[in-house]
Amino acid sequence: MRYKQKRRLKIAFIVGVIALAIFLYSFYGINLGLDLEGGAHIVLQAQETEGRTIDRETMAGIVSVIERRVNELGLSEPVIQTEGSDRIIVELPAVDNPSEAIQTIGRTAMLTIRNPEGEVLLTGDRITDARASYDEHGRAVVSFQLDREGSREFEEITRMYMGQRIGIYLDDEQLTNPTVQSVIRDQGQITGYANVREAEEHAILIREGALPVPVEVMESRTVGPTLGAIAIQQSIRAGLIGLALVALYMIFYYKFPGILAASSLIIYGIVMMGTLAGLQAVLTLPGIAGIILSIGMAVDANIIIFERIKDERNSGKSIRAAIDAGFKRAYITIVDANVTTLITASILAYFTTGAVRGFAVTLIIGILVSMFTAFLITRSLIDVFSQSSMIQTEQSFGANRGVQQNV
Amino acid sequence: MFNFDSSKLDLMGKRKIWFIVGGAVVILSLLSLLVFGLNLGIDFAGGPIIEFSFAEEVTTEDVRGVLTEVGIAEDATLQTTTEDEYQGIIIRTGELAPDEIEQVENAVLAEFSGAEVLRTDMVGPTIGEELRRQALLALLVAGLAMVAYISFRFEPKFAITTLATLSHDVIFTVGIFALLGREINTAFVAALLTIVGYSINDTIVIFDRIRENMKLYRKMPFIEQANRAVVDTLPRSINTSMTTLVAILAIYFFGGAAIRTFMLALFIGLAVGTYSSIFVASPILVSWDIRSKAKAKS
Repeated sequence: MRYKQKRRLKIAFIVGVIALAIFLYSFYGINLGLDLEGGAHIVLQAQETEGRTIDRETMAGIVSVIERRVNELGLSEPVIQTEGSDRIIVELPAVDNPSEAIQTIGRTAMLTIRNPEGEVLLTGDRITDARASYDEHGRAVVSFQLDREGSREFEEITRMYMGQRIGIYLDDEQLTNPTVQSVIRDQGQITGYANVREAEEHAILIREGALPVPVEVMESRTVGPTLGAIAIQQSIRAGLIGLALVALYMIFYYKFPGILAASSLIIYGIVMMGTLAGLQAVLTLPGIAGIILSIGMAVDANIIIFERIKDERNSGKSIRAAIDAGFKRAYITIVDANVTTLITASILAYFTTGAVRGFAVTLIIGILVSMFTAFLITRSLIDVFSQSSMIQTEQSFGANRGVQQNV
Repeated sequence: MFNFDSSKLDLMGKRKIWFIVGGAVVILSLLSLLVFGLNLGIDFAGGPIIEFSFAEEVTTEDVRGVLTEVGIAEDATLQTTTEDEYQGIIIRTGELAPDEIEQVENAVLAEFSGAEVLRTDMVGPTIGEELRRQALLALLVAGLAMVAYISFRFEPKFAITTLATLSHDVIFTVGIFALLGREINTAFVAALLTIVGYSINDTIVIFDRIRENMKLYRKMPFIEQANRAVVDTLPRSINTSMTTLVAILAIYFFGGAAIRTFMLALFIGLAVGTYSSIFVASPILVSWDIRSKAKAKS
């Protein structure tokens, strides 16, 4: 192929890569993590009870109850998944009152009706529906419906404890303890709520059923939308300032090739965003840190290449030969350095969870993209301009022909 | 521009000085760790942390008053955070149940109009334990994998030297954090791992040049091959650390409180990482080579 054709091909390649990245970015967008977007991240652990061990069925039961509760709370786009053998991770973007939601989600919510001695007579399994409403005195109440078996038992209970006080409990919290005044069959009311909102919260718990086993909140992290917005804004500003300073340094030191390196850094940024979007990766604050590190390594790759080219020029080679030899020699260095970091990052991604993992995953993607831009984009850019007088000049690449180093 | 002449700049000949500096750094760091200990954040120690922002001027004493009403003031520590965008207060306490956390939030929100909950984190004690175990396991496996790769691409002694250099960097960074009393959190762990990655990168770049010189100048003594490699890669070392450190400083000052600890650790670690690849890793290799050759002769 003639030089001009090669050159056209290289320009087309660069433009194509940029276009693909921009397409991916605008098509898929970047998913922001809860720490940037705001929301709650909750880790629950199922607790074994005497009657029930933790197995897949129990876990599936917990997940389905939590799913229904979350839906009833009207929270959008929840993610509920199990982790390991006994953990459930609940992620709630856009939750107004996370602390309240965490309590509702994590509560066992076993409804029991107990006799004056505290023995359990009937459990909430028999309840088919529960709704918040007002009674005839205008007080907030929860009205519940029992199934056929439950109705029969409730009838018996009310007959047996006529004139005595029975207690209605949610877990160990006594909701009410009315005196039985008549035989009741299929429905009842729980009173004693300060307002209808409290009643609604309990109605959800009773209606959607109890968790098969209690869960403990192991970890909860909630970020308000304000903090998330500030974090995004600050990271972007800091990233841009950092990038600009790096670009200025490169241009000051390496002259025209420095401009090419700065351009390839900008292309790196675009390709990185496109790749993250295409992979549907979730960007978190530690993830941004991973990107920052990979930018550092991308810059380093450029510096290694330029220093090699400079060495080759100092040893008396022509610019074309120096570029060829410089890339060839820098290639080994960059691959060895990057592969060692890749190994570390992959092991981290495999062995850890949460924040550290988020960091490792973006670092892996970042290193791969940075090698891609260093070897293909920077190379093509330099090749495209290799005939230009701006690269041919003595000062480019920071070369100094007066000092002969590699004789 | 930076141009150095390896025949005039004899870095490896002065390696005794570098060993003394390196040894002193490691001993002082370990001492600082022993004397001051680490300030473990909730990621490791567990417990809740609640951060509020306020529309008006609010002091920690005002907030402490509210906490007294809720009854958790005794083991609560309060800290103000000042950012361009908001002024806030961070509350740390002993373990709290989810409903107690909500109580605290509601009490503060009711007392100060325009107050907002910025974040509420609660970490159980087992999570911190797990994080520690995971991080250590990951570091161990990563270390072994690295040794394997470097032994394969270079020689086993390069791998061992890299590990020693990395330990130097990690111990120094942890020691400085102990000295400064800065909080150790997940971000710090991520930073340490980044430092390890960067330091490997830096060390390998120089080792790569040593490896090349070993082929290029066969007759030259190892000490000269190594010195030439270190001096010839100096411009690259300086430029790379300058650009990276400048970028990190920018993020430290403009990136907000959330990543400041991370950036500080990175700044310290990357600076020491660049230093150690020149003044720790290569001198160890040179001394190792001289000793093994002396042994072979006798």
